[in-house]
Amino acid sequence: MAVDKNMRILIVDDYKTMLRIIRNLLKQLGFNNIDEATDGSMALQMLRSGNTYGLVISDWNMEPMTGLQLLREVRADAHLKSLPFIMVTAESKTENVIAAKEAGVSNYIVKPFNAETLKTKMSSVLGDF
Amino acid sequence: MNQDDAEIALQKRLDLIRAARGNAVPLDDVAEVVRAILDTMSGEISAKELQVYNELEALAVIIRETKREIAQIRPDEIKDDFLPTAADELDAIVQSTETAANTILDAVESIEAVIPNVSPEAGEALTNATMAIYEGCNFQDLTGQRISKVVNTLKCIEERVNTLVSAFGAEIEGVLASQGAPEAPAADPRDDAHLLNGPQHPEAASSQDEIDRLLASLG
Repeated sequence: MAVDKNMRILIVDDYKTMLRIIRNLLKQLGFNNIDEATDGSMALQMLRSGNTYGLVISDWNMEPMTGLQLLREVRADAHLKSLPFIMVTAESKTENVIAAKEAGVSNYIVKPFNAETLKTKMSSVLGDF
Repeated sequence: MNQDDAEIALQKRLDLIRAARGNAVPLDDVAEVVRAILDTMSGEISAKELQVYNELEALAVIIRETKREIAQIRPDEIKDDFLPTAADELDAIVQSTETAANTILDAVESIEAVIPNVSPEAGEALTNATMAIYEGCNFQDLTGQRISKVVNTLKCIEERVNTLVSAFGAEIEGVLASQGAPEAPAADPRDDAHLLNGPQHPEAASSQDEIDRLLASLG
């Protein structure tokens, strides 16, 4: 099944520069329907606002709600639990990856990353595009 | 001789003196009694107790020396001057890298805007180049996170130094007062060293316009 490039994607990062970079990379990959949040709680509110999202790309280290906490909330929510969720973070320790996996992360990208990695991880979650 | 025995012996001696001389006791007899008490006491200090006493005394010397050394590293200066300055400088680094990254991104977005107007080959080359620039701009996020960790470490150090200053504050001031002015750091041999302040924080820096005006005013 082809990936719908009009899907709504939520990107979450407390660094506005990083939001801008990811947004531009996604646009170059053909995705233009992008929303932004600067921490987990804002993202959760947006996810529960009624809009249908096809993917969340989230940083981990944010305040007050981290990316991992957001992921756990998403997986515990009956309406959101199957939402594809990619963690994009500088946290690269094994224990971090394990914790994210246990929480139900769909894929995991370590910063700094390149466009090819982003495309590959998105493809593994959404299908080829 | 235990304490009870010593008290009984002392009381007997005092009774004998009182019986022989009444309440008017000559100083020599008082001195003799004091000597007797001291002899009794020294006889009671065991080798172990003496060792403990010596160790306590050595400890007191170490504590005194440590306080002096702590005073010499000027924890008050570290707390009030060095640590806040270091934290401000790091914050400024984060701010300037963010500004630089955004300037780069502005420029890249301008390039992207003209891609539809160029040939497909040129458009592809520009797209690949702009993508590489976006990837390169990751540095700002990572730099910011690393610096935040350093700032948090500085905060921990500041808390510890605060504790130290609170615990030894008065004594440190005493040592500092007795030492006089602190030793000046080694002088920078460059003759313009007093002008080498490094980059200024934006709020303290002069703008190009201000500098132009100043230059013009100097003739």
